[in-house]
Amino acid sequence: MSEPADLVVLEGVTKVFGDAPPALKDVSGTVRGGEITGLVGPDGAGKTTLIRLMTGLMEPTGGTLTVLGHDTRTDAAAIQSAIGYMPQRFGLYEDLTVGENMTLYADLRGLPQAEREAVFDELLTFTDLKRFTARRAGHLSGGMKQKLGLACALLRKPRLLLLDEPGVGVDPISRRDLWAMVEDLTREGIGVLWATAYLEEAEACDRVLLLNEGEALFAGPPAEMTGRVQGRVYRVEGIGARRTALAHLVDEAGVRDGVIQGEAIRLLLAEGAERPPLPDGARIEATRPRFEDAFVDRLGGGPGGHSAIAAAQDAFPDDDAAMIEADGLTKRFGDFTAAADISFKVPRGEIFGLLGPNGAGKSTTFKMLCGLLRPTSGTGRVAGIDLSRQAAQARGRLGYMAQKFSLYGDLSIQQNLDFFAGVYGLSGRRKRTRTGLMREIFDFDRHAGQPAKELPLGLKQRLALAAALMHEPEVLFLDEPTSGVDPITRREFWMHINALVEKGVTVLVTTHFMDEAEYCDRISLIYRGRSIALGSPDELKRRVASPDQPDPTMEDAFVALVKEADAEREEEAA
Amino acid sequence: MSLTRLLALILKELLAVMRDPKGRIVLIAPPVMQLLIFSTAATLEVRNVDVMVLDQDHGHWSEELTARIAGAPTVKRVLPADSPDMLRRAIEERSVIAGVWIGSDFTRRVTAGRPATVQVILDGRRSNASQILASYLGEIATRLSLETPLGTQITGQLITVEPRNWFNANLADKWFMVPNLIASIALLVGLIVTALSIARERELGTFDQLMVSPLRVHEILIGKVVPPMIIGLGHITLFILAALLIFHVPLRGSLGLLYGSAVFYLAAVVGIGLFISALSMTQQQAILGAFLFLVPAMLLSGFATPVENIPSWLQPLCDINPLRYFLVVVRGVFLKDIGVDEVIRQTIPIALIAAVALTAAAWLFRRRME
Amino acid sequence: MNASRRFVALVRKEGTQALRDPSTLLIAGVLPFILLFLFGYGVSLDSTHTRLAVVVEAPSPLTDDLLASFTASSYFDVTTGRDRRAYEGELVAGRVRGIVVVPQTFTADVAAGRGGTVQMIVDGTDPNTASLVQAYTEGAIANWQGMRATERGSDATQPINLVPRYWYNAELTSRNFLVPGSIAIVMTLVGTLLTSLVLAREWERGTMEAIMATPVTAFEMLAGKVLPYFVLGLVAMTVCVVLAVGLFGVPFRGSVVALYALSAAFLLPALGQGLLISAVTKNQFLASQLALLSAFLPAFLLSGFIFEIQSMPQPIRWLTYLVPARYLIPSLQTVFLAGDIWPMFGRAIAMLLLFGALFLGLAARATKKRID
Repeated sequence: MSEPADLVVLEGVTKVFGDAPPALKDVSGTVRGGEITGLVGPDGAGKTTLIRLMTGLMEPTGGTLTVLGHDTRTDAAAIQSAIGYMPQRFGLYEDLTVGENMTLYADLRGLPQAEREAVFDELLTFTDLKRFTARRAGHLSGGMKQKLGLACALLRKPRLLLLDEPGVGVDPISRRDLWAMVEDLTREGIGVLWATAYLEEAEACDRVLLLNEGEALFAGPPAEMTGRVQGRVYRVEGIGARRTALAHLVDEAGVRDGVIQGEAIRLLLAEGAERPPLPDGARIEATRPRFEDAFVDRLGGGPGGHSAIAAAQDAFPDDDAAMIEADGLTKRFGDFTAAADISFKVPRGEIFGLLGPNGAGKSTTFKMLCGLLRPTSGTGRVAGIDLSRQAAQARGRLGYMAQKFSLYGDLSIQQNLDFFAGVYGLSGRRKRTRTGLMREIFDFDRHAGQPAKELPLGLKQRLALAAALMHEPEVLFLDEPTSGVDPITRREFWMHINALVEKGVTVLVTTHFMDEAEYCDRISLIYRGRSIALGSPDELKRRVASPDQPDPTMEDAFVALVKEADAEREEEAA
Repeated sequence: MSLTRLLALILKELLAVMRDPKGRIVLIAPPVMQLLIFSTAATLEVRNVDVMVLDQDHGHWSEELTARIAGAPTVKRVLPADSPDMLRRAIEERSVIAGVWIGSDFTRRVTAGRPATVQVILDGRRSNASQILASYLGEIATRLSLETPLGTQITGQLITVEPRNWFNANLADKWFMVPNLIASIALLVGLIVTALSIARERELGTFDQLMVSPLRVHEILIGKVVPPMIIGLGHITLFILAALLIFHVPLRGSLGLLYGSAVFYLAAVVGIGLFISALSMTQQQAILGAFLFLVPAMLLSGFATPVENIPSWLQPLCDINPLRYFLVVVRGVFLKDIGVDEVIRQTIPIALIAAVALTAAAWLFRRRME
Repeated sequence: MNASRRFVALVRKEGTQALRDPSTLLIAGVLPFILLFLFGYGVSLDSTHTRLAVVVEAPSPLTDDLLASFTASSYFDVTTGRDRRAYEGELVAGRVRGIVVVPQTFTADVAAGRGGTVQMIVDGTDPNTASLVQAYTEGAIANWQGMRATERGSDATQPINLVPRYWYNAELTSRNFLVPGSIAIVMTLVGTLLTSLVLAREWERGTMEAIMATPVTAFEMLAGKVLPYFVLGLVAMTVCVVLAVGLFGVPFRGSVVALYALSAAFLLPALGQGLLISAVTKNQFLASQLALLSAFLPAFLLSGFIFEIQSMPQPIRWLTYLVPARYLIPSLQTVFLAGDIWPMFGRAIAMLLLFGALFLGLAARATKKRID
C-alpha cells in the first residue's frame, strides 16, 4: 500500500475569541487515513477548538484547514456528510433510548433503510450494547455512553472519525476496549483523530499533534518525540525516603525533571549532564523514555523541590497514630450497595490512594470519610474523631480539594482566600498572615482581582490547593486533584503534597489516573463497591507480573486485578 | 456558633450574587422592569377612550350632550356614527369602547320637560373599563340634566351623593401601584436570589466544599438566609425612595413600623425561597419552582384585584400568602397612617409563615444532604 | 428524499423527548392549568361583595326604605350603624371599602322636597375598587329614587337618563374576558418559554454540536423544532378552551376555524421569539429569564389582557405594538364572547404573521451552522 493520504491538512491555523489570547496559534499538521492521530495536550490547550474547526462548525481566524479535500470555510456541508464526530459529552439525547439515538443519527446521516438492520446489528455487537437497546441513554454508565456515542458517529462509515476526549471519565478497561475498536477501524483505511489529555495514550498513537497553550509543540510519530530524550531518563531505586530524596534531586544541576514511581524515582537529565550524586545503596539505571518525559523536557523541565508552603508550617508530632480510619464502611442507596464493608487505616504522614473505575464506589467511600455522606453502617474516623458524632470538629482538621474546580468562580482570588480563611475560623493577624503567605507562594498578586473562573487552569488548581491548606490541616482529602492539568502544574502540586507529607500531613486521594496512583504509599483498589486489593503500588504491580508481562505498569495492574475480580465473581455465581 | 465563620459566609454570599452576571440580572432586571412598566402600565384607570355617538336627533340638546361627552377628560375623541350598523361595527371591532345612541325625539322631549332616555352600548369584553366609563357618562348626564327645563324645576327634589375619597382623593393609580411594588419586588428578588443560592452551589460543586468545612448546618442556613434579607431590605429602601422622590406618594405613617414588618416578611420570603432551593437539583428547576410560587402569590394577594373578590373556598390559599398581609402594611403605612396594633395584626400571620417556611427548609436541607 | 427523512427524524426526536421530559410536563401541562384556574376562580374584578357601612344618623321609615335597597343589592355586604366615627377605624384597617352617611336632616329634606344629600366616604387606596364602589352606590341611590318616583307617579326623576347596555357580557363577569386572555398567556409559555429552554438545553448538553456536525441543514433544524412545539401549543390551547367552556362556563360564540386560525398565527411569532432567545443565549438560565421578561410579562401587562392600553403613557403605548399578544388577546376575547368578527381577525392575523415572519427570520439568521 502506498503512503496513506492526508485526510486533514492544517496550515498555519489560528483561532482567536474576542480579546482573549489566541486559542490556537499558527498550528500546522496532518491527519492521515488508516492511522490514529493523537491530538494531545492538557485541558485548555486548544484541542476542542481545533476539532470544531475541522468539523466546519467554527471558522479559523487565520490559516486554512482542508478536510477530505474541502476547505472548511466554504464547504462545511460536504465535510459534515463524510465525517464522524463524537463531541466531548458524546452528543446523546439522554431522554431517548439507545435504539432511538441510533435511529435518529441514522436518519440524519441518511443511512439507507435497507442497510440499517445490518449496520445496527454490527455496531451494537461491536460496542456490546445489544442488551441495552431499549435503555435510555441517560441511564447508561460513562463507558457505555461513550460506546454509544462512537456507534452513532460510525453509522455511516466515515472516512474521518473525530473523537473529542473519548477517554475522559472512563475507566482504563473501557478505554482499552474503545481503543481496540478504533484500531479495527483504521485497518479499513479510516483516519482517526483521538484527542486526549492522557499523555500515556499518546505513545500508542501512530502520529501525535502535541498542543500546549494553543501552540503545536510537536507533530509526528510519538517515537520521534520520545527519541529526543533517549538515554537521558533514569530510574533510581533503593533510595530510602524517596520524597525527600526527590526534593533534593530535582534541585541538582543537570536534573530536568523527577517524579515518584512507586518506591522508585524517575529522573530526566539535561543533555550531556552528569548523573547526580546518590546516597549509598541507591541504584540508578537507564530506562525507556516516555512521551511525558519528552513533553516536560520540551516545556523546559519540571519545577524545583522546595515547597514554601510546607516550610512555613510546623511539623506534626512524629507518631504512628491512625489519622484516617475506615471501619466496615457500607453505603446503600435503596437496593444498590455503593460501598460494602470497606476498612483501612492510614497512619500519619502517609499518602493513601483509592483507585477504581467510575461508579465503583471510590467516591462514595471518599465522601463518607470526609463527612459528606452518612454511612449506612460502619464508622469513619478522622484524626481519631468519629465523623458520625463530632463531624464539625473533625472537618475543622481536614482540608479538601475536588477535581472539579470547586471554588467560587465569580469571586476574586483574594475574596476566595478570605472566605476560606473565615470559614475555617481564621481571623485577625493569623488570617492576614496565612492569606498573605498563599498569595506570595502561589504568585497570585498579578491576578488578585480577576474572577477565579477566568484564571488559567493551572492557577485555578493552585488556588484550590491554597484554599485547602489555609488552616494548616492535618489531613488532606484530594479528589482526582490533577486530572487534565499540564505536567508541570501536576509536578508542582505533588511537590507541595510530598513536602507536606514529610511534615506529618496525611493524605487520602481518589484517582483513576495512573500517574497519581504512583505517588501513593498504599492503594486500595475499589471495584463494584468492594476493596479488591490493598498494597503499595509496587506490590500491586508485582502481584500481576507474569512471564508475558515482566514489568507491568500501574494500568496493567489495574486491568489485571479488575479482571481477576470479575472472574472470581463469576465463579461464585456459577 | 462562630461569628468569624458566619461573617465569612454572609460576605461570600453577597459577593457571589453581585459578581455573578446572572446574579446581577436577577438584581437589576426585575426592579427596573417593575419600576418602568408596572408603575405606568399596570393601570385599571380609564383614560383616552374613543366614544361613538349616533345622533339621530341633531337638536340642541343632543349636540349639547355630545359636546359634554367630548369635553370629558377621560374621552379622547367622539366619533360620529351615520347608522346603527356603523355603531354596531365599531363596537364589534373594538374601535370604540362605548356607543351613545340618541333617539330622534330627544331634544323634543327635553324641551317639553319630559324625561328622555339615551341608550349607551358598552363593550362587555372589557367589562371593568366599561362600567367605570358608564359611571362617568352617567355623571355627565346628571350634570346636563340640571340645566334642562325640567331639571331647573326639580333640582331641589333630587337626592345628591357627595362622594369623598379618603387616603387618595384623586384616585391616583400610582399611589396604589407604587406601594404594591415595594412589597412585590422584595418577593420577586428575594425568592429568586434564595432559590438559586443552593442550586447554584450544587451545580458548581462548591456545595461539597462548604459541607466539608467546619461550618455547622445551622450556620450554613443562617448564611443563606441573611444575605437575601439584606438585599431585600436594600430593594425595599430603593423603592421607598423612588415612591417618595419620583412618584411623590405621600408617606403618612411610620417607616419604623414598615421596616419592622418587612423583616418578618423577608424572613418568610427567604424561607420559601430556601425551601424551593433545597428541593431543586439544578438552577433551572429552582427558577421554575420560584415561578410556580410567584404567579399565584402575586395574583392572590390583592395586588391587582381585591382579595375579597376571591371565592371563599380559595381564601385559605390567600391566608398563607405573605404578600397579601404585607401589601396591607405597605399601603397602610404610606397612605393611611395605620397604627401599631394594625401592623402587628398583619405581621403575626407573616411571622407564622416565616417560622413554618424556615423550619421546613431547614428540615428538607438536612434531609437532602444524604 | 434525505431532507424529508432528516426532518421527520428531528420532529420525532423532539416529540419523544417532550413526552419524557419533566420540565415540558411542567410548562405545557401544569402551569397552564394553574393559570387557567387562577384566572377562572381567583382573579376577579367583579366587586360583588363589597363591604359597605351605611350610617343612618336619624332612622325613619324613609331611611329604612333606602337602607333596605342597599341590603338587597348583591353588590354589597352591608353593616349599619348610627355613628360614622365607629366605622372610620374600620375604613383605615381596610375592613370596609366605604361608608355611606345618611345625615340627620335627610328625612326632613326629602319630605320638604329639598332633595337631600347623602355623603359617601370611599377608601381610595385601591382606585379601581373605589371607582366601582362609588358607581355602585350612586347607581343604588338613583334606582331607589326612580322607584320611589314611579310609586308616587311623580316626575321627580332625572330628565336625561343614560341606560347602559353591556354587549357580549351582560352579567359583567370579568372571568369571561380574563379566561380567554389567559389562554394567550399559556400559548406564550409553551411557544416561547418552553421552546427557548429546550433549545438552550441542547446547547448546554452538547447535542446541538453533534447534530450540527451531521448533514442536517439549519433550516431543517429550525423546522424540526417549530413543528412539534407548534402542535403542542395548539394542543395546550385546545385543552384550555375545553376547560374554559366546560368548567368555567365562558360562552363560545365564534367558530372553531377562527379560533385555530388566530392561535396558529400567534404561535409563529411566539415560537420565533423562543428560538431567537435560545439561539442568542445558548444557556437555560438566561433563556428562561429572557423569555419571562420579553414574552411572559409583556403578554401579561402590555397586551390589554387586564390593564387598559389607552390609559398607559404614550411611550408604553408604542411599546405595546411590539407585543404579539396585544393582537391576539382582543380577538380571542371576541371569538369567545362576540362571535366571528372577521375584519378584526384579519387585521390581527396579518400583524401576527408579520411578526412571525420577522422573528422566525431573525431566528433563522441566528441559527447558522456555526458555533462561534
